Amino acid sequence: MINVLIIILLSAVIAVLLVNTKTKGIITVLTVLFIALVSSFYSIKALLGDSYEVILSGTIIFGKVPIIIDSLSAWFILIINFTIITGALYGFNYMKKYSEMKNEITLHCIAFLLVHFALLGICSVQNGFIFLLLWELMALSAFILVIFEHEKPETIKAGFNYLIQSHFSIVFIMLGFIYVAFKTGSYGFDAIVDFSSKQSVLAGTALFLCFFIGFAIKSGFVPFHTWLPYAHPAAPSHVSGIMSGVLIKIGIYGILRMLLLIKTDYTTIGYIILFISLFTGIYGVMLATIQHNLKKLLAYHSVENIGIIGIGIGLGCIGLGASNKWMAILGFSGALLHTLNHSLFKSLLFYSAGNVYQAAHTLNVERLGGLIKKMPQTAVLFLIAAIAICGLPPLNGFISEFLIYGGLYNWLYSANLISLIAMVFSVGGLVLIGGLALLCFTKAFSIVFLGNSRDVHHDEICETGFWQLFPMYLIVSLMIFIGLFPSLFINVLQRPVNLFTHNIVFNPSMIKVGAIDSLQTISWLFFGLLIFVAAVLALRKYLSRKKIIEVGTTWGCGYSNANSKLQYTAGSYVRSYSKLAKPILDIEKNEIKIDEVFPTGKHYETDPYDKIERIFIDNPLKLINKITDPFVFLQNGRLQTYILYGIIFITAIICLPLIIEKIITILHFLNNL
Amino acid sequence: MLSIILILFTSIFFTGIILRTKSITSGRKGPGLMQPIKDVIRLFKKGAIYSETTSIIFRIAPAIYFSTVFMACLVIPFGSYKGIVSFDGDFIFFAYILALGKFFSIISAMDTGSSFEGMGASREALYSMFAEPAFFILIGSFALFTGNTSFHNIFSSLHLGSSITYTLGGLAAFVLIMIAMIENSRMPVDDPKTHLELTMIHEVMILDNSGFDLGLILSTGYLKFAMYGAIIADFFIGGLSFFWAIPLFLIIQIMFAVLVGIIESFMSRFRMNHNPQFILTLSSVSFLIFLGVLLVLDKFV
Repeated sequence: MINVLIIILLSAVIAVLLVNTKTKGIITVLTVLFIALVSSFYSIKALLGDSYEVILSGTIIFGKVPIIIDSLSAWFILIINFTIITGALYGFNYMKKYSEMKNEITLHCIAFLLVHFALLGICSVQNGFIFLLLWELMALSAFILVIFEHEKPETIKAGFNYLIQSHFSIVFIMLGFIYVAFKTGSYGFDAIVDFSSKQSVLAGTALFLCFFIGFAIKSGFVPFHTWLPYAHPAAPSHVSGIMSGVLIKIGIYGILRMLLLIKTDYTTIGYIILFISLFTGIYGVMLATIQHNLKKLLAYHSVENIGIIGIGIGLGCIGLGASNKWMAILGFSGALLHTLNHSLFKSLLFYSAGNVYQAAHTLNVERLGGLIKKMPQTAVLFLIAAIAICGLPPLNGFISEFLIYGGLYNWLYSANLISLIAMVFSVGGLVLIGGLALLCFTKAFSIVFLGNSRDVHHDEICETGFWQLFPMYLIVSLMIFIGLFPSLFINVLQRPVNLFTHNIVFNPSMIKVGAIDSLQTISWLFFGLLIFVAAVLALRKYLSRKKIIEVGTTWGCGYSNANSKLQYTAGSYVRSYSKLAKPILDIEKNEIKIDEVFPTGKHYETDPYDKIERIFIDNPLKLINKITDPFVFLQNGRLQTYILYGIIFITAIICLPLIIEKIITILHFLNNL
Repeated sequence: MLSIILILFTSIFFTGIILRTKSITSGRKGPGLMQPIKDVIRLFKKGAIYSETTSIIFRIAPAIYFSTVFMACLVIPFGSYKGIVSFDGDFIFFAYILALGKFFSIISAMDTGSSFEGMGASREALYSMFAEPAFFILIGSFALFTGNTSFHNIFSSLHLGSSITYTLGGLAAFVLIMIAMIENSRMPVDDPKTHLELTMIHEVMILDNSGFDLGLILSTGYLKFAMYGAIIADFFIGGLSFFWAIPLFLIIQIMFAVLVGIIESFMSRFRMNHNPQFILTLSSVSFLIFLGVLLVLDKFV
């Protein structure tokens, strides 16, 4: 089966090279659909309890290559397939506007196919060597996807930023695999299990942390998130959706897989993950709130949501460590469900942002406004996704956050002082994340879609075509379905969660907090809410059937000459917040003081910057530059000199051992005297 | 079932009592107890005027706002008697469904494209964000104290025995009253009777609503007050039977309303930029309650 998939993939890649632009897209979509169908078939079987296992013979260098789709892989494969399919369908229509860029589109289609294949491979392969190869394939093809509009300097800059940081991630993961292979002589994942069960707890934790850092860079945990807010806005919208929806989730998959493999002290790891995740969540949403570029805002929200997923994983680990069954189950199922949910609403948000960008040619929210009248469908889709990402009922975001809250309140029964205080701060943190997300998305939605337009747009803004909206409707229907029928998904999640919890002997004295049982009632309440709203609206219609309904201007509090410039802006909407958060955030403001008697036109700019990026990326880079500056003369651009360097290097390599050998001989000689 | 009936019943005259208290303390004759409800009925009979800037959001938001508060009331128990529904973690549902209503009331204010309504919307979003942690930590403390995680189980197993638990109950009532004041945009955070749009929060958000929608928003406010009153009352009527619980419930609601009236008569509103500090203080009080619970449960070893 795997051979067939690879052959189809390769023939599709070759076909894309040969045909005309329109057919390239069709071939890509069809191939993605086919590969997705086949892999989803095996994944669904795995989720129903029938894992897929094949062992390829491999070569002498990296040993046997087991390909296993267990329920954890299956869950992630299904998430990847869904988002990649919607991404391909959306991208097919989105890229029509760029049809004259033939070469770029060829490369884009190939990279798209490869990224899908690499993601599926990473989820199912159980050999470190191949894992790394696929990881590299994914990183490189994602890089090509990001730099589609390579003529813009900021796109190339963002692309390289991503490329370099994802290689840092590879370095850490490689270090982990090579260390295990060095000790045990095998790249297989089962070697990690053997190795970690024989080692001390400290060594196991260190190994886990090494992998964790590698995967955390990919998934964007603070302080490793700095590539994310550049790469997402630079990429075309369907690529941003896929990157935010599934590419960063592959890091989450890596962390979960390593948790299964490395046998170590779960409590310590749990606390570490929980702490980092809380920080990630709060920091991400704090920065998101002050962004004025719609896609950058969404990118910081990805950081926030990775934080929420991480809180779930951390809780699960602590639950495992404390033998608290329900805490572990709720933590892991919350994390896994939120992974799915986030991939849904975040890709939807990015696709909507793409529609906005293609209609208005800008992503600066301060220049938008009133789009709901021109693009009603996009607006409603964005609104639904915004409600979901804030974790509000009756959509899917609430379900996963509810599970995580359930896990947190379950922690109450692991009663020691430190865990209780950690619990209170986690609850406070999660609530704060929710509140800030509400602030941020009421801002984003109302400034972009409501009120009047804040700028003159040269082209007439109109709604996107049906086929571009179609994948978005697919996503929305799945989101509503999860919101209204959560129990179905919880049942599916039992098997992957069971992978984590089946080995642990649970403390029977722990009381069960039935957050899972509550979901049934909650879905009834959601239906009740919808019916009630409909009833109230019907009542209004009935009561006002004979009344006069007028249309007038907005009440200007006595001022009758209001124009769109008088509207509230994004900056003013979050002004009181950004004043409060000033000590933590890093907002550059260049304001010109008015000191003349007759002031002329003035303007001032604010530019939010990432404090952690300054500390962890900019300052070390400055230091490196300072150290390497004196050696700049070596790089003089003359080929002859470079050849000379090469010769010097080769001579040194050959001569040094000889010289050292001579020195040792002389030392021996002197000793024998 | 009983709780929702009592909440609806109290909401009819709650705001009337506040207004009456205010008029008595300022020496005016003042309106009757039923005046607020009469206002709503009058508004229900009126036509409406919509701004040309607004969209569908503005028209559906009041209905959603009202429905969310009503749904939130369903999970509130009456002492040891269940609400319409009760499940583990229902207070999370409670807080989040209220947040949904807030989301819509904020975006409907922004929908008008007015320079004033955005001001109120921004403040409402910020203040309610700061008030949420206080609520969650408060309920969390009582969840730890009683070992349960639903409103009904918490309240029915809450026995105020020793002096320290009375202190906790008092502090909890204080926090809840303050949260209710913030959520209802009342003194000392917001002044509903101010005449300057720049200093309003809630009132300025609904400048453009009229007719049925305005009536709906006003009645949501009444319902919200009675709802928080019911939670406060639940802290004290846990173990009692109907015979004592219903009068006590009504007395607590009336006391709450009179207290709101007195606060509004004798206090002035905080400066807007002092509000966040004040609201954050509530979280610290909640944390204090949490520490108190730890003390009672002998967790400090």
